[in-house]
Amino acid sequence: MKRSNAPIFWLLFGAGGMLSALFGTVLVFITGIAVPLGWPLPADLLSYPNMLALAQHWFGKGMLFVIVALFAWHAAHRIFHSLHDLGLRTGALAKLACYGGALLISVVSAVGLLSLGF
Amino acid sequence: MSKPADVRRPYVRPMAGWWRRDPFFMRYMLREATAVAVAVYAVVLALGIVRLAQGEAAWNGWLDALRSPWSLLLHAVLLVAMVIHAKSWFDIMPKTMPMILIGGRRLAAQTITRTGWAASVVASIVLFALAWWWGA
Repeated sequence: MKRSNAPIFWLLFGAGGMLSALFGTVLVFITGIAVPLGWPLPADLLSYPNMLALAQHWFGKGMLFVIVALFAWHAAHRIFHSLHDLGLRTGALAKLACYGGALLISVVSAVGLLSLGF
Repeated sequence: MSKPADVRRPYVRPMAGWWRRDPFFMRYMLREATAVAVAVYAVVLALGIVRLAQGEAAWNGWLDALRSPWSLLLHAVLLVAMVIHAKSWFDIMPKTMPMILIGGRRLAAQTITRTGWAASVVASIVLFALAWWWGA
């Protein structure tokens, strides 16, 4: 019997769903609202030296990658399955667009983070 | 007998816009739509990583873009979507996770959901406090 690859996608979907349910709201608030407005967090919280230090630390690097990649895989899996609900065809092309998009985001993030060094 | 499908022409219930027929379906679609917000945010963050890797000027450009009114509006929408996503994620969790038996009795769905919400609130406070401490 051919092994199904569904559990892998399901695992990535579940992990990303849990991570985004726990931290998604506060992350959007920090990076998208609090820091750009400079309130209630300082505007220089995400300054270049700060972010460089975060991205060059092994733990910070890992966290950034896990957040971006798992958010992308979670969303891709869910959007792919919602296409059917919208009456759209869910063929190989749709699958490639959804999971391929998540893969692209993961690879681009990994390359960017690794190029910053440790 | 040659083309029974053409002769009978059975009624096929139209499915277009099915989810607008019932508030339950609309809530379902709203919940599923939050996945788009998660995707958009992942793209925003991935772009940030790319700009960071390109150097200080590129990174500051990303920060400037986040300060634009359109970005603030977008993130306000993303924020609402993330709250809906987190709420519904734990609403559904009792159905998606294996049963938990405590003393031979099934752990109540409400307990699982409320624990999830509490974990989400605690996680948010901890991360915000970390950001606060980091920026101080």
